[in-house]
This record gives sequence, C-alpha cells and structure tokens, in this order.
Amino acid sequence: MNKLNFLTPNKNNINFYLYTGIVLFSLSIIIVLSNSFFNLDLIFFLPETISFFLPIVIGFIGLNFVRIEHSRIKALDLVNKNINTNKFNALLSLLIIFLVIKSLPPLLSWFIIDANFSGDSKDACSGSGACWAYIKTWFNRFMYGMYPNEEQWRINLSFISLGFLGVIGFFATEKFKKYLTLYYVVVYPVIAFFFIFFFISGGPIFFDFSYGIIAAVISIILGFFIPSKFKMYYFIIVPITFYILLKYIFFYEELIELGKLETLEWVETGAWGGLSLTFIVSFFCLIFCFPIGLFLSLGRRSDLPIIKYISIGFIEFWRGVPLITVLFMSSVMFPMFLPQDMFIDKLVRVIIAISLFEAAYVAEVIRGGLQALPRGQYDAAKSLGMGYWKMHILVILPQALKLVIPGIANTFLALVKDTPLIFVVGLLEIVGMLNLAKTNPEWLGFAMEGYVFASVVFFIICYAMSKYSYNLEQKYKTER
Amino acid sequence: MSDKIIQILNMNKWFGDFQVLKNINLEVEKNKKIVVCGPSGSGKSTLIRCINRLEEHQQGSIIVDGNELTADTKDIEKIRAEVGMVFQQFNLFPHLSILDNCTLAPIWVKKLPKKDAEDLAIQHLEKVQIADQANKYPGQLSGGQQQRCAIARALCMEPKIMLFDEPTSALDPEMIKEVLDAMVNLAKAGMTMIVVTHEMGFAKEVADEVIFMDEGMIVERAETKEFFANPKSDRTKLFLSQIL
Repeated sequence: MNKLNFLTPNKNNINFYLYTGIVLFSLSIIIVLSNSFFNLDLIFFLPETISFFLPIVIGFIGLNFVRIEHSRIKALDLVNKNINTNKFNALLSLLIIFLVIKSLPPLLSWFIIDANFSGDSKDACSGSGACWAYIKTWFNRFMYGMYPNEEQWRINLSFISLGFLGVIGFFATEKFKKYLTLYYVVVYPVIAFFFIFFFISGGPIFFDFSYGIIAAVISIILGFFIPSKFKMYYFIIVPITFYILLKYIFFYEELIELGKLETLEWVETGAWGGLSLTFIVSFFCLIFCFPIGLFLSLGRRSDLPIIKYISIGFIEFWRGVPLITVLFMSSVMFPMFLPQDMFIDKLVRVIIAISLFEAAYVAEVIRGGLQALPRGQYDAAKSLGMGYWKMHILVILPQALKLVIPGIANTFLALVKDTPLIFVVGLLEIVGMLNLAKTNPEWLGFAMEGYVFASVVFFIICYAMSKYSYNLEQKYKTER
Repeated sequence: MSDKIIQILNMNKWFGDFQVLKNINLEVEKNKKIVVCGPSGSGKSTLIRCINRLEEHQQGSIIVDGNELTADTKDIEKIRAEVGMVFQQFNLFPHLSILDNCTLAPIWVKKLPKKDAEDLAIQHLEKVQIADQANKYPGQLSGGQQQRCAIARALCMEPKIMLFDEPTSALDPEMIKEVLDAMVNLAKAGMTMIVVTHEMGFAKEVADEVIFMDEGMIVERAETKEFFANPKSDRTKLFLSQIL
C-alpha cells in the first residue's frame, strides 16, 4: 500500500488535489451514468479491457485525492467521514455507487417505464415491463380471498371499526389512561373476536354463542352483590349454570327463531382469504401467544417441579417440531381425537396451533429477560412484603418485558411472515391467493408481479411493526 | 417476652454442604440498635437475610414479632411487610420514579389509598432530604441519593424493624456520610435496627450493642462501649486492631 503514496493529497498543494479529485470522481460517475442510462459509451476509443475498469480506477484516484483531513468544507468532511475514510472504504463505496447506478435503469423500466397499468385482461400486458393490470384485476381477491363480493363491506366495516377502536387509546384522556392496559389486553380482543365472529362470519352459530354472552352479562351484574368470600366459586359455577339453563331449558327454540330474522349470510371460513385473513390470523395468534408464552416462561422458572417440568416439556415439544407439521396435525390428526359430533372450525384450529407454537418461542424470549434481572430486584420486592404475583406483576415483568421488546418484536414479525404456511390446510391468505391466481389459465406468467406485490405488502406490515416496537423501547427507557 | 421483637434459637443454615450459620442464638429487644460486624464471609448478611426469610434456615427457630418463620407463605408476606430492609446495592426499581418506588408497596401490599401513600412517601422522602427528586428515576440519582431513597422506601411500609445490609459499602466515601446521617436520624427516632456495617464510627455513635461474627458464629456480643474498650476474645481484638 505504501507504493500508492502519491494518492495522498499533498498539504502544500491542497487545491490542486481537491479540484483534480472532484473532476476525476465526477468523470467516473458520468461515464457510468451515461453508459447505464443513455447507452452511451463515452470511452469507446479505448480497448474493452481498459474501458471496463477505467471508471473504477479514476474514481478511486479521485476519492483518494479528496481525502483531505479537516478541510473545513462541510460537504467534503461529511463525504470523507462517511464513505471515504480509507482506501478500502473508498473502493467499496465506489463499487456500491456503480452497482446502484447500473441496476437502476432495468429496475425502473420494469417497474414503471415499460409497465402496463391499465386494462383488465392478459392482452393488455404486451410490454416487457411489469403487468400491474394483473394486480389491479386480482386486487379484490388478494384482499378478501373467496369472500363473496357483495358481502365484502362486512370485512371493511369490521376492520375500519377495529382500527378505530385500536387507535382510540392514543387519544385517551388522563382519567382513562389507567384503564388502557385492561382495554387492550382484555376488552379489545374480545370486541375484535365478536366483530369477526358476528360480522365476517355471520350465520346461525351466532345464537349458540349468544347464550354465553347473556349468561356472562347477567352473572357479572349479579356478581357485584355477592360477598367477596364466595366470588371465586360464584364465577365458576353460575355462568355454566346459566348457560345450560338458557340453552337447554328456557328459550332455546324461540331464540333460534328470533335470531334467524336478523342473521347475516353465513360465510364459511374456507372462503375467507387474502390480506384480511393474514390480519385475522396474525392478530389472534399475537394476542394468544403472548400470555401463554408469559405463563410458560414463569412456569419454567417455578419452584414447583410439576409446573416446571410441564412447562419445559411443552416448550421443548413445540420448539422441536416444524410449524408445517403442526398445521397438518391440527387439520388432519386433531379432528380424529374429537367426539363424533364435535366440530372445531379449521381456522380456529390453525390459530390455536400457531399460537401454541409461537408461545414456546415467546416463552424463551421472556425467560431471557427474566434471567437478566439482578436477584436484588426479587429481594427488594419480597422484603416489601409482596407475594409471587404482586412481585412479578409490579416489579419483575415490567422490567423484564422492557428488556425483551426487540426479541418479542422479532418473534412477532416471524409469526406474521409464517402465516402463509396455512395454505397447507387449504386456507389461502395473500400469498396463497397469489399462488392460486398465477395458475389461472387466463393469467399465466405473472408470478413475478404477484410476489413483488406480496413483498411490498409484507414489508409495509413488518416495517410498521418494527418501528412500533422501537418506539415502545424509547418510550419505556428510564435510564439517564 | 413482649419486648423481645426478634428471637433466634439454635439456628443453623447450610448452603449445600457448607454450613454458613452455626448455632445462632440472638434476642433483640424493641427499640434497640444493634450493629453486626465481622470479616467478609462470616455470615453477617446471611443472618439478617434470614430474619425476613430471604434465606431459609434449616434448623432452629426464628420468631419475629411473635410469629415464627415457617414455610407458610401468607405469614411470611405479613412479617416481611413489618420488617424493612435496605440493601448494599440499593435495589431500587429502575422502571419507576422515586415517588412510585416509595408508594408501590404501601398501595399494593398495605392497600393504602393512592393519595395517602403519596403523602406518606413525601413525608419520608423529606426526612432523608430527597423530596425534591421525587419525580426522577433511580438511574438519574447519585448512589447516596439512591440509598436514601431505598431507606425512605422501606420506611413507607412503616416497619417495626429495619435491617441494613452493608448500606454504605457500595458508595463513594463522600456519599457515605449523607446515608449515615439518615440512619442516625432514624435511630434517634427510636426505630429497632439491625445494621451490618464496617462503619465503626456509626457503631460508636448509635449502637446499643455490637455483635462480632466470624465463620458463621457469634463470637462476641457486648455493649458498644465495652466492645470497643475491652473486647474479650482474641479474634475480636485482632479484627478491631485491623479495622480501627
């Protein structure tokens, strides 16, 4: 490297080096730019072997010439500090710049310049670029799957309402702030479930469930008048009794009749699909896998051997099997173990399977956070008279969960990206719909556009999630 | 009987095969201030951690305020709420502000209304002179301030006994005094205190009695003046000659 000393700018002649360097560097960029964008070979007079390397060589010399320490020129210092700290960095930066310039024109032409945006059949796409008409035509399917077109407002309405209910927390006044956790952990998922159950699914199942709701509401209201000593038993026995009474003894027939008048058309879960199914599966799996994982992680650290070994066994089992076999099992094997007349919907089974699978991962992530806490935190909490649950809820978990936000975000992102696997049980979310659409004889040969579209959609979802997790980290930072 | 708030009878404790505490007998009367000293590894910390059962003992009995410490958890939590403890490493809860550190246990364990708990916390924070820092987080305070906050946090539970586990050992020399001052004030207010410390100046100033421990045994227990003026055992003499 010492032989290249002539490249280092000479202090006595700074300006010469600076201007020569800028000219050489610009020249190299111009050569590559014109070559790649306008198909113009500015150095056609040189032999091919030299002309190929010339931009790199003169760009490299140029960058070396402008590497002037403390030049007091802001832009130059910035460049030197970020992409031009030494000879190796200069070369690397140059190669990356050239690579970007070289790859831009074909990408641009495929994505925009030569692409087809209009039309509604394959014939509209004649150019060499992308066929966005394909995405446009199939957009509805990619979003809603096989859900009947005239019923899609139900999905829209549910998602918009849930979105609205979801962001409502950000506008909560000081007075309601303390209920926010309760709202997001308990109330919101329940609301979401009912929206999806009643609106998106619709149909007669509604009424079987309505007994449960009526029973719950009545028993909660009555519960306020029960002395706290008996509450525990009360809340176990009464809802069950109510449910049985309502369903089998009182208004069974009448309610069914009453219900049939108002019910929405039933859309079976097999017809759900597209992005909306991605959202539904991800949402419920995220919500279920977190608390299950939390309890598993606590269980694994428990002093009680039964709980400890059950947790370890559970975690190791689910971590040891591939997701795809879990999904197969849930759809093929699991129904065999059920009583003949009992039926659990495919989608529900899949959600349970993925939740349990991911819960094992979440458990290990959280355990990492629990282990990172110093023992003194446990001692301090205990010495203040807190029992196991108070200690964990008030002191240990808030700190441990804060530590593992990146890890949990990681697991959740992986979960969202694992959802396409549900195609193995015949549920087609966005990637599944793509695969279906690309085999349509009318639209053969546009797999690329579809996958690009899916990548963009997944990127937006995942990027939003990772940004949110980063914001959470910042929000709960209490160190100086 | 009634004024003996802590009674330890023939207590033994092992860590695995290693016996850390050997045949400990100790009675502490109400409002007494006792300093426990001794070389490191002598079991001082383990002894006071046994008093609120952060460590379990295997033999003998420990009776705190009339309740024997057993494996029954419900009782343990009640006793711990009456025994405040201050640790060498402060062990403040870093995710909560100073005020919340002090109000957390009163609100959730003693079920005080939030307003009362906050008033109480401010009152105790004023006693240790960090009420102006109430809304900061532990990470923003100096070691001395953190330790004083830890004292205030323990006091907010209005304990009958305070245990100090080397409260000044992790501090810069400059900050030791402010923590000791807080402890002296507490002693003058009449709190029952058991203090594990190497600060002999503090022992001379406030302690009623000094206990010297070595190799898991109580070697000597004497009135403070007596202890420093003419220690009986050779081991104590050696220790004192090195530390003073």
